[in-house]
Amino acid sequence: MDFKAIFKSTEFGIFIAFLVLCTGLSLATPNFLSVYNIFTVMKQVSFIAIISVGMTMVILTAGIDLSVGAVLGLVNVLAALFIKKFGLAPGISTALLCGMFLGFVNGIIIVKWDLPPFIVTLGMMNIARGLALVITKGWPITGLPECFGCLAEGKLLGMPVPVIIMIIVYILGYLFLSRTIWGRYIYASGGNEKATWLSGVNVNKIKILVYTITGLLSGLAGIMLASRLSQGSPITGTGYELSVIGAVVIGGTDLMGGKGSVLGSLIGASIMGVLANGLVLLNVSAFWQQVILGLVIVIAVAGGSMRRKSSLSGE
Amino acid sequence: MKKKTTAKYILEMENVSKTFPGVKALNKIHFNLKVGEVHSLVGENGAGKSTLLKILAGAYKKDEGTITLDGNEVEMTDPKHALDLGISVIYQEFNLIPNLSIAENIFIGRAPRKHSAFVDFSKLYRDAEFFLEKIGMKKDPKTLVSELNVAEQQMVEIAKSLSFSSKIIVMDEPTSALTKSEKETLFKIIRELKSKGVSIIFISHIIEEVLEISDRVTVLRDGEYVDTLNAADTNPNEIVHMMVGRELKDFYPKTEVKRGEVVLEVKNLTKKSKYEDISFRLHEGEVLGFAGLVGSGRAQVMRGIFGIEPPDGGEVYIKEKKVKTNSLFETIKMKMGFVPEDRRKEGLILSRSVKDNINITKLSRINSYGFVKQKEEEKIANEYCKRLNIRTPNNKEITRNLSGGNQQKIVIAKWLAINPRILILDDPTRGIDVGAKNEIYLLINNLAKEKIGIILISSELPEIINISDRILVMREGKITHEFLRKEATQEKIMRHAALKN
Repeated sequence: MDFKAIFKSTEFGIFIAFLVLCTGLSLATPNFLSVYNIFTVMKQVSFIAIISVGMTMVILTAGIDLSVGAVLGLVNVLAALFIKKFGLAPGISTALLCGMFLGFVNGIIIVKWDLPPFIVTLGMMNIARGLALVITKGWPITGLPECFGCLAEGKLLGMPVPVIIMIIVYILGYLFLSRTIWGRYIYASGGNEKATWLSGVNVNKIKILVYTITGLLSGLAGIMLASRLSQGSPITGTGYELSVIGAVVIGGTDLMGGKGSVLGSLIGASIMGVLANGLVLLNVSAFWQQVILGLVIVIAVAGGSMRRKSSLSGE
Repeated sequence: MKKKTTAKYILEMENVSKTFPGVKALNKIHFNLKVGEVHSLVGENGAGKSTLLKILAGAYKKDEGTITLDGNEVEMTDPKHALDLGISVIYQEFNLIPNLSIAENIFIGRAPRKHSAFVDFSKLYRDAEFFLEKIGMKKDPKTLVSELNVAEQQMVEIAKSLSFSSKIIVMDEPTSALTKSEKETLFKIIRELKSKGVSIIFISHIIEEVLEISDRVTVLRDGEYVDTLNAADTNPNEIVHMMVGRELKDFYPKTEVKRGEVVLEVKNLTKKSKYEDISFRLHEGEVLGFAGLVGSGRAQVMRGIFGIEPPDGGEVYIKEKKVKTNSLFETIKMKMGFVPEDRRKEGLILSRSVKDNINITKLSRINSYGFVKQKEEEKIANEYCKRLNIRTPNNKEITRNLSGGNQQKIVIAKWLAINPRILILDDPTRGIDVGAKNEIYLLINNLAKEKIGIILISSELPEIINISDRILVMREGKITHEFLRKEATQEKIMRHAALKN
């Protein structure tokens, strides 16, 4: 292992910031470091963090996906509907497929019509949210089987199930990005799309892939939220897209593409979660919490931009 | 401020040096400019001309040395500062905004105002007309720049420099896109500017025109200062000799390879208003040169064959098997590689490592169930770094940090990794230093020995003539002549490339 490289890495810098934040909060509030509180934070973070894995891939290709919150909402509703109709396992898998399909549609439109991801996913955001409202007529779907709640509220080996799911998704995401050829292609096409294409890589397929994965993970988070609240509500996940993008960006992934990692995004999501939790423990009003989170995102992006400039100054 | 009227030189650059990571771009360069003089800067690509120019323009900071302007030492901080000091640079790629008028372009960012917030258009057009008249350009200043041809756009750039009351105008390859009569007009303007006391730094590859227009010529080579000569006392041969600085014989190595079977056949390839009816054959172990001026369509033909910009008609056969001409995935599968002209934009992922760049063409083969075989990846990277003598600290180095020559070798390496039958090289030595050029020539030789068919596009005639076995000349989208290596001379090729028979 090359320790010098680790110390110099972006992730390490963010991790230090995270540690400083945690130390500060544990000094300021005695409740912060309790096992119960840490699991609570991790559980809250898990929904955002899971989608962040997909978003990291999308942003690595220099794209963006604004539809994650709405896709989450639609799948949340569909999962409730399907589970009531077809039973637990078939319902969950069909709902997951729907999330995947919505992401796939994002990718296909971006690639085939050569449209900016911002616009396409903005459209999808409205469509998915609208459909969720149409299907439910605005009312939550309740009356889900009790065992479905285990998915979000249960524990396995003493750990909350959502946290376990999050860890699995991160391990898979990490291996996918760092060890597989598709991961290599994702980084390459974000670094220089044209050169990657001219090397014989089907960049379009890669793009469709990352949006599909993001759709799938948004769906997964949607199902977990349905389990947690034991209902399907059309307004679930409103505003999630910004939290997810925030987590990825705080994690050091470059919005211009080509640079970043899921590890960074996990730390980014944790910073956001810990900060929110800490501010609650410190009795800071919810209104001010928003302001502070916003500031953190801007500072993180400014830091990233400074890093980029200093690494380019040698040219 | 008291002006020294005795200053002989309006500009003096002494001992100017500049180092980039891994490469010393300029080493103690001297350059000076008299009032009302045309002083040319010549040298091969990578000799340091553009670096020197960018230092003068305030785009780069020099590492050491002094710049004296009008008797006062100055330190250019940024392009705006250089402009304020009276130095204008007209780059090869113009800095004009196509959808604005001539007048708006000349006075961009400093248009005359009335009532403090509104542009005073009548004054804007009057002022623009004044400067256009100065250079004898008879165009309505309201004309949009997008409606002008290249020569006219260049004149707008010159008018813009004059409007800054620049005392020094730098022209970077101003003639490269001009026709003969447009060039005459440009030279007339230059002479007029000269007589008005404006000093001009002129950069061009065409030595004859350098000697025609300049008072003095400074030669650079590999970032070193060679000499400054009076244009009247020298001749093209002497200058070329100074530029190259060595016997041309061993600079262009060439081993004869017995050519094998036809590996690529192109029949009647056509793309509307780019090229038409292109037919030729390429043999194993053959180096086929494509000569022609920029815009002759030679690069487009190659991009058509490879499948980047598919042709409208015609056929391409690789090893007698017909290939679809609209997909580069197809041609790559048939083992064709393409080294593009712009390696930074099209050849490399600059933010990724040497290893990643070399392996990008190979990943689809070195994996099991999608997982990259990392040991093999490592092995391939090291093998090619060694074989092509790629100078990098290790294979994890970010490609951006390497010199142009080493970057180009990486682009070639990534295609060698697919064991190509055919390799198209579009101006492979553009902008790389002389040493690396020589290495690339040696490499081309070795690849030919390995029975790879090679297509070489180059703007440098000596390169084409000395490295190719056969040369096809293109003009206005058509092949106009075929030469064997021994028949070709620069003059003959130029005649077929530039003149209507």
